[in-house]
Amino acid sequence: MFLGLFFVYPLLSILTRGLTSNGSLVSPLDVLADPLTREVVWFTFWQALTSTALTFAIGLPAAYVLGRYSFPGRSLVRALVIVPFVLPTVVVALAFLAILPPGLDRGWVAIVIAHAFFNVAVVVLIVSTFWAGLDRRVSEAAATLGAGPWRRLREITLPLLTPGLAAAAAIVFLFSFTSFGIVLILGGPASSTIETEIYNQAVRLFDLRAAAVLSLVQLLCVGLAVWVTLRLEARVAPRRGVRSERDVLLAPQTARDRVVVIGSLGILAMFLALPLAVLVERSLSVGGEYGLGAYRELARPTSVLLATPYEAVWNSIVYAGAATVIAVVVGGLAAFAVASSRGPRTLDVLLMLPLGASAVMLGFGFVIAFDRAPIDFRSEPWIVPVAQALVAIPFVVRIVAPTLRAIDERQREAAAVLGASPGRVRREIDLPIVGRAVTVAAGFAFAISLGEFGATVFLARPDSPTLPVAIFRFLNRPGELNAAQAYALAVVLMGVTALALLVVGRLRVRRLGWF
Amino acid sequence: MLRVEDISVGFPETVALDGVTLEVARGEVLAVLGPSGSGKSTLLRVICGLQRPDAGRVLLDGEDVTSAPTHRRGIGLVFQDHALFDHKDVAANVAFGLRMRGDALSDIDRRVRELLDLVGLTGFERRSVATLSGGEQQRVALARALAPEPRVLLLDEPLGSLDRRLRDRLLVDLGTLFAELEVTAIYVTHDQAEAFALGDRVAVVREGQLVQQGTADELWAHPADEDIARFLGLGNVRDGTVIRPEAIGVRRVGAGETGDGVVESTRRHGPTVHLTVRLDDASLLEAAVTSLDHAAPGERVAVEIDPGGIVQL
Repeated sequence: MFLGLFFVYPLLSILTRGLTSNGSLVSPLDVLADPLTREVVWFTFWQALTSTALTFAIGLPAAYVLGRYSFPGRSLVRALVIVPFVLPTVVVALAFLAILPPGLDRGWVAIVIAHAFFNVAVVVLIVSTFWAGLDRRVSEAAATLGAGPWRRLREITLPLLTPGLAAAAAIVFLFSFTSFGIVLILGGPASSTIETEIYNQAVRLFDLRAAAVLSLVQLLCVGLAVWVTLRLEARVAPRRGVRSERDVLLAPQTARDRVVVIGSLGILAMFLALPLAVLVERSLSVGGEYGLGAYRELARPTSVLLATPYEAVWNSIVYAGAATVIAVVVGGLAAFAVASSRGPRTLDVLLMLPLGASAVMLGFGFVIAFDRAPIDFRSEPWIVPVAQALVAIPFVVRIVAPTLRAIDERQREAAAVLGASPGRVRREIDLPIVGRAVTVAAGFAFAISLGEFGATVFLARPDSPTLPVAIFRFLNRPGELNAAQAYALAVVLMGVTALALLVVGRLRVRRLGWF
Repeated sequence: MLRVEDISVGFPETVALDGVTLEVARGEVLAVLGPSGSGKSTLLRVICGLQRPDAGRVLLDGEDVTSAPTHRRGIGLVFQDHALFDHKDVAANVAFGLRMRGDALSDIDRRVRELLDLVGLTGFERRSVATLSGGEQQRVALARALAPEPRVLLLDEPLGSLDRRLRDRLLVDLGTLFAELEVTAIYVTHDQAEAFALGDRVAVVREGQLVQQGTADELWAHPADEDIARFLGLGNVRDGTVIRPEAIGVRRVGAGETGDGVVESTRRHGPTVHLTVRLDDASLLEAAVTSLDHAAPGERVAVEIDPGGIVQL
């Protein structure tokens, strides 16, 4: 029901808007034939591919190290790697705006680097988990049969690793393909993807039909990508009898091992930490002097917003809190449905679609779907959390469902044999095991909602902006103080997100869908 | 006590059980022996209600429980790989069945301690089950199943995943425990040594059918067919006759003797040495001798058979 009203209906509205004009059917071909459209689609593919390649170049060495060696702090490294992934895209974009030299700070180079920063966690975590699950003895058997290190890599390790690599690549590609905040801020006028072009057409040029047609193109591409991703992931699903990491990981033994471990992780750490450090530095500097000026300024009303910037912090937290509740309830129920369905994975695909259908499409869909009585919801304050929840739900499902699926059926049987009724089994076995995953999912949902930009930018009312929206508004104004305030707000947003994740991080997590 | 009548279970590809009828008396341990894939585990799942039979009945104390849900049957099951609750500690695992029964908290505490003492895990209450060794997990699984005093205890290859020495020790412990508690139990295994060590009676299953049952002595004395004889490890099975290796004497031929064959190989089996002898009619015979001065491969020997060691099938 919830998904039907707030997801399917807006999509249908986009569909009608894209294919009709004044009540009659219109071919969308004119928009599709426009050279601008083709250029945008081409750039979207091209930058997503390049981003994926760069993400792998940076992530693979670390994935190898985390998948093959055990060393003190290994799990801490794995936890820290996730940080960029949950950072709001607006923050990531600003960090690279801050660190890249003028000239490079807008355009495809900046976009691709920022995407790599954002997605490197996906590669590191998926591939290293997969690597650690490979039985070392298979490769050792090859060695006893006379295969040298390169032979073993080529003939044993790579083929076994392929499903993991493919799944990670598909996900990174998908995220880069639908990325909005990063492209909008770092892209400049010349580099536009389908996603930002929808926003352009709808908000700046008011060509709703063109925006709708572009949305349909996006939906097609993304539907395809999601489908491929799920196919690939099905093969990565943890197999039974996978050896525990204890048996697979070895402590670094030779000096060479240590160089490899420290080197790969060091490079990764630099790549991840430096932009954030520079972001903080920039927020503290106004007019060449260091100080908290920009932060003090945030408490004052400004012409940029219809509220003080600090009020945006509060708005963000309230919206994100509400969105989290919705996402956990709806996503949790959906996870139960997904986990107990044994049939084809259509349900999976349906639930993944909001992720792929992209935040901008959702926001745009809401605007054109809920514009008439009795469902004129556009100015309702709760429409923002609803949209944010929709963006977060796929993540909730992805985190909770695998945990539910992973529960050994024999645990339930054992409980039944000991006298537990089916309801009791749910309470005693399923809930406690899933409880932790739900907490983590809630943390993720909160972080995602806090940083949600694509849908919120359509829906947030001018007098109650969220943090990412406020940052964006500041960024669009000239002047050094405005820029510094944007940086300062980005730091605040980063701080709130980090705080939320720290709370969740206290509850130790073992293994989650993607992570 | 427990009676299983004419149970059949079919899976899409195979027939798991085909008309199996069994009975276990109060305080009796029935060992169900069969190779893997013979339907043993399915039989246990039918008895405790985790698997619906296509045909047949399960009777507990004369009452038909075939369609009763698992949690109301009062039958205990020790799973093959223990299936302990990873998210609960040792005490909570053992207490689970007691809580389901609605026992008072103080009674539960007492009973948990009692059972952990019984299986030799005193003081393990707060340990996480993930930190236990295979043998300790097995003991927790046993304590958990015994705690609510099930009417019948089912054990599905409980020692299957343990190493041999540990297995031998637990086998003795289990035997003592069963006798002490007068447990009514069905013990499923593919290992004939385990089956004969624990079972008051042994039922042999093959391809979903019950092929023979009886006490250990009955089975050894009269295996129903050649397959069973081989499965029991009797050796020298041919033409409806089994000759026990221990009943065969082998000595080197003296001067002027023609002898019966040549020793092909020797193999030590603990205290006995198994000699494979190629007889002059080209057939093979396996003899078990205890003498340290036995014939070596290549030597010509004479063979004597003790008629008491010949079993007609």
